[in-house]
Amino acid sequence: MNGETPRIQIRGLCKQFGETIVLEDVDLDIMPGNSTTVIGMSGTGKSVLLKCILGLLKPDAGEILVDGENWLSLSENEHLQRMRRIGMLFQGAALFDSLKVWENVAFALLRQNISKQEARKRATEVLEWVGLNDVEELMPAELSGGMAKRVGLARTICHKPDIVFFDEPTTGLDPIMSDVINRLIMRLHKGTGTTLLSITHDLKSAEMISDHIALLCHGRIHRIVAANELNSDKDPMLRQFVEGRAQGPINCSPWGKKMEEAIDR
Amino acid sequence: MRWLSSIGAAVEFLFNRTGLYAQMLLQLIRKLGKPPWYGKQLLLQAEEVGVQSLPVVLLTALFTGMVLALQSYIVFHRFAAESLTGLVVSMSLVRELGPVLVGLMVAGRVGASFAAELGTMRVTEQIDALWTLSTDPFRYLVTPRVLAVILMLPLLTIIADFIGIYGGYAISVYLLDQNPTVYIENTTIYMELEDFYSGLIKASFFGLLIGVIGCTEGFNCKGGAAGVGTATTRAVVISCMSILVSDYFLTAWLFG
Repeated sequence: MNGETPRIQIRGLCKQFGETIVLEDVDLDIMPGNSTTVIGMSGTGKSVLLKCILGLLKPDAGEILVDGENWLSLSENEHLQRMRRIGMLFQGAALFDSLKVWENVAFALLRQNISKQEARKRATEVLEWVGLNDVEELMPAELSGGMAKRVGLARTICHKPDIVFFDEPTTGLDPIMSDVINRLIMRLHKGTGTTLLSITHDLKSAEMISDHIALLCHGRIHRIVAANELNSDKDPMLRQFVEGRAQGPINCSPWGKKMEEAIDR
Repeated sequence: MRWLSSIGAAVEFLFNRTGLYAQMLLQLIRKLGKPPWYGKQLLLQAEEVGVQSLPVVLLTALFTGMVLALQSYIVFHRFAAESLTGLVVSMSLVRELGPVLVGLMVAGRVGASFAAELGTMRVTEQIDALWTLSTDPFRYLVTPRVLAVILMLPLLTIIADFIGIYGGYAISVYLLDQNPTVYIENTTIYMELEDFYSGLIKASFFGLLIGVIGCTEGFNCKGGAAGVGTATTRAVVISCMSILVSDYFLTAWLFG
């Protein structure tokens, strides 16, 4: 890239659970204002990678540098302070059941030195931004899946983070609602220049919301391409994934091998 | 050999749980001394643990006092010592049955709710979401719950003691025709302050057990809906057993 310091640098990240090695020497750079999406088969460790960056899981080895600061050497309180710059949209939105929609959206603001009125005003603005009106007083259980996802997105960006992470932003949504979410993510990226890191296996979504797409395979970032080159790149593993073929060089587990043998039979 | 492996598994489970509870307790002590403290969460939990548990605690205490009076009267009547009924009812309630029964009731109601609520939050990533919103999930969820149950259990025990003693009084005086003055005198003269506060110490300790066990099971919950079910069952069973076992040792320590 152009000599600029990456906003996020991941170096030699390793994580294993018992005998299972999930991440093995992951390297990834994300430049400021860039939108990168990590794609890969289910179970390849995309969510684990995201959780390691966010401090929800402790990696076994490696470095995670955000603006040059190693987040793995931070104390718990320092890490929590840094999270004020971060937004995260969870796969299932992870709204707090016991709080109203507006309290969910304004949660981060209500824990800072901001008055309740101001926090509520900001929550209403952000809810309008995601296309939701008159839902402030509802409880999360009263929302549809698409509405919950948009409330989750509103909560993610309400405190104006510099870096936003998306975990499968369109999974479980109908094609129209997926398009709505993708367009909102694009609007956020283009409008504010926020750095984005998404993980998904929805290729349409990945192409739409990203500048770069990285394929995570066999515990490593195998290939990074510009989003508009996803369909023309000749890498065999990327081709197998993009074309959705069971046969090919990607064989992430003995189960994968058995599956291939079963298909051949 | 199967029985041997069952014993091994049980011992492993025992050590595993003890370790988890000890870890939770140490973290609680470490985090209690430093801000932020979530006072509103503490009040909400105090209301949930204290006020919401009142009906079940009152009913249990009332009927326990009544049945104690009935049983004691029947036995004391055999050697013409019916006047001791009030003393037995009040001593049993204040020293033993009050804290233990309140503990068991709250373990069933509140311990289960802690485990189920936190377990659901864990499996739906709400606990992770708290962290990403720069809020320490432990301070926000666990500390107020454990503190609330430690503070509320003695208060519930005081109420249960009075209601239980009144239940015994009502049965003795109105059903068994005992002299109300003798009943009250025997209750108050022989009872010492130590009897009363030892019950409250027990109640606080049981509160700590319920809070730590319920929150640990919920916080470490894994495996979706089935995991939440397992966590809830474990929280109730282990809390109740811990209350009964620790009651013996507390009694031996306080009155030994």
